[in-house]
Amino acid sequence: MKDMRKVNNPHNDDKVIDACSIFGAMDVTGRRFSGNGVIKAITNMHDRSNGLGGGFAVYGLYPAYADSYAFHIMYLNDAAQNQTEAFLKENLHILYGEKVPTKPTAGIVNPPLFWRYFAEVGNHKLEDIPDDDYIVAKVMQINTTIDDVFVFSSGKNMGVFKGVGYPEQIAAYFCLEQYQGYLWTAHGRFPTNTPGWWGGAHPFSVLDWTVVHNGEISSYGINRRCLEQFGYQCTMQTDTEVVAYAVDLLVRKHGLPIELVAKILAPPFWSNISRQANGQKELLLTLRQVYGSLLLNGPFTFIIAHQGEMIGLTDRIRLRPLTVGEKGSMLYLSSEESAIRLVSPDLDRAWTPVGGEPVIGRLGKPLPSQRELVIAGVM
Amino acid sequence: MKMLVPPKFRVVRDATRCIGCQVCVNQCSFDAHYYDAEDVVVCSRDENCVACHRCATFCPTGALTITRNPLDYRENQNWHREDIEDIWRQAESGGMLLTGMGTDKGYPIYWDHLLLNASQVTNPSIDPLREPMELTTYLGRKPDKVKISPDSLKLETEMAPQVRIDVPVMFSAMSYGAVSLNVHKSLARAATEMGTLWNTGEGGLHPSLYKYGKNTIVQVASGRFGVQPSYLHAARVVEIKIGQGAKPGIGGHLPAEKVSAEVSMTRMIPRGTDALSPAPQHDIYSIEDLTQLIYALKEATNYTKPISVKIAAVHNSAAIASGMVRAGADIIVLDGLRGATGAAPKVIRDNVGIPIELALASVDTRLRQEGIRNQASLVISGGIRNSGDVTKAIALGADAVNIGTAALVALGCHVCQQCHTGKCAWGICTTDLSLTRRINPEIGARRLANLLRGWSLEIKDMLGGMGINAIESLRGNRLHLRGVGLTDTELEILGVRMAGS
Repeated sequence: MKDMRKVNNPHNDDKVIDACSIFGAMDVTGRRFSGNGVIKAITNMHDRSNGLGGGFAVYGLYPAYADSYAFHIMYLNDAAQNQTEAFLKENLHILYGEKVPTKPTAGIVNPPLFWRYFAEVGNHKLEDIPDDDYIVAKVMQINTTIDDVFVFSSGKNMGVFKGVGYPEQIAAYFCLEQYQGYLWTAHGRFPTNTPGWWGGAHPFSVLDWTVVHNGEISSYGINRRCLEQFGYQCTMQTDTEVVAYAVDLLVRKHGLPIELVAKILAPPFWSNISRQANGQKELLLTLRQVYGSLLLNGPFTFIIAHQGEMIGLTDRIRLRPLTVGEKGSMLYLSSEESAIRLVSPDLDRAWTPVGGEPVIGRLGKPLPSQRELVIAGVM
Repeated sequence: MKMLVPPKFRVVRDATRCIGCQVCVNQCSFDAHYYDAEDVVVCSRDENCVACHRCATFCPTGALTITRNPLDYRENQNWHREDIEDIWRQAESGGMLLTGMGTDKGYPIYWDHLLLNASQVTNPSIDPLREPMELTTYLGRKPDKVKISPDSLKLETEMAPQVRIDVPVMFSAMSYGAVSLNVHKSLARAATEMGTLWNTGEGGLHPSLYKYGKNTIVQVASGRFGVQPSYLHAARVVEIKIGQGAKPGIGGHLPAEKVSAEVSMTRMIPRGTDALSPAPQHDIYSIEDLTQLIYALKEATNYTKPISVKIAAVHNSAAIASGMVRAGADIIVLDGLRGATGAAPKVIRDNVGIPIELALASVDTRLRQEGIRNQASLVISGGIRNSGDVTKAIALGADAVNIGTAALVALGCHVCQQCHTGKCAWGICTTDLSLTRRINPEIGARRLANLLRGWSLEIKDMLGGMGINAIESLRGNRLHLRGVGLTDTELEILGVRMAGS
């Protein structure tokens, strides 16, 4: 019999299909806040998930180790841990490592081991490549060559906590109420199979990029083949994974600003492009011609986050929900408005963004005014 | 000596319906009907009938039926009627057997073993009547990435020339001489109306058609017929023809009797001479020679037009295609085993090449493995029959498809395989002016445009069903295909999973 703890896609479907609740909260001033509100909000959307996956990403998590890569790693057995730690020692300079604190929680069954490490590249790099590329390569190597281990996240000053259970159970298990961050995203999962593998829960992460996602990407087949051409190995057979890799490719490797990345993942219709002013028209046309294989088709809402930025985006005909709430310097993104109102009843503004238009919160930048949002076409 | 080959068909004339009007006599270009003035009756020569159904369609009283000649040879699992009769024909003529159209042999049609997906519950299907549904496709070389200036956010990447088509279906190369000028006019007008491209084939572009240049692909083939600066400049795309699916590895021969005054002018060859296309292009004996011709054409057109290279689908297509992309081809056209022709040796048509589905899958896979799929668009042809085939081809990895036979069928072709005789009773594959008048370019253009319109609607419905609203999300998305009745090896080459898995 298969060990269900090791299997994300037990029936080898094309991809794991799931629907979800998603929530994000960010203080654009950089003030760190506890996870209590976020946990309360995602718990309020309990019925959008079915207990088979929940997870959180937190930014501004480890100020004491802000400049080193924080690895959150799951082990299914001691052998995996020994092998991985040897690999890490060989390839990185480890500053500190510890077991992630957890507490026994009702509903959390047969959990794997969790460790976190803070590491620097040091003098381990043999090629002249950016540190980030080196880290991505090593993470891919761990995930694909060592059995029974999975790297949840590997960015700086951030971390991913996730597993099989309702999001509130995962939060309790990892004691998330004790952590602080300036940006939190959360996810409750409703998969159509019964995955037992904790790595399959959201958020998905590569470096400090995380994605929580509600939807089914019907272009998955070609998105995946396109990313494989650029050296990404899609090992998890989930469409969320391709979102994370696509964003990493476009932003980090191709140097495109997130506003334009949104125009690649959810591009305007050809007829809209033809109506743009000169300059903008050629830009959008070229992006769509070149990156057509990365267009994400089918229903989705996702919240992408990385250091200092949180982005909400829906598919271009908005087949999945997203509500934006703002209160002072706080930006909330949620599947349901009720979840935002629960933690911040007296919002300055609450609105539903236009399909395919990104809502972006940036550290140190005030939230855009209504007028700016209307001009940008988001509102 | 009497011919041993018996009539293949029998013309059955219902005497109670026939009024002796002789429409059949006038319509039949194969002399299968004649009027016996002495007995005042219309009679048949069954041995001339090719089952093109021109007479049966036009008989005003419905008096005519064409049936198979019920001539049974002694049963034999090895020696079929065709084998026996082909030998008799060659014993009588001493020549190669010629034929037209694509092969009629029963090679597997993989389209019929591939099934498309649709959304249920977890993913809403999209209704093309309510939501935008995009079929627009851009053909041409794409860079690996787009460069933006970090300060001004202005576009720094300069794109190679791109050609927009509004429906991912174009018309295959069919040369003037093989088909009539009226067919070319019909194709050119329909392509213009529907925002797609038609292809001159290797016989040049008639002066009256230069005005359709924006929707025209001009071919540069081994005979170089009609190639001149204005021909290249008129076109939207220039295509180098290396091979053709119906006759891989061999050249072409337009007999002198088809080289009329107009054909002679368009092809730039003397009237009444044979137009011979050599088997290879004699300046391309190797891949680096192809680079030279590609860049010669790019120079000649000032890098304003994509250069396409067309090959027949053969055993090493994947490696050849990879070389073509590296040689600078912006568009690759693969023409499969079932592709048609105006004339080809029967033994070549029926025995050389590979099915287009397998060639397409292996070329797309190879180009992706090598990370160069974006550098050229992939167009396929050879036996596309309906919008289902088109949709499956795109899911397998094609950017667009070409249709030749399907377009001619829209004009009235009955697939009687007599293209090589020059006697086409439907006025399509002939230069006989009394026959070419049977195609009215306005009606022809309307019928072709209607076909593309109908297919577009169907493709949009299929896309919407899959939860996709832009065709680029289907291109190469083989997860939307499943195979039935295929071996593991076939599934592996197609990159498709078994239905139910």
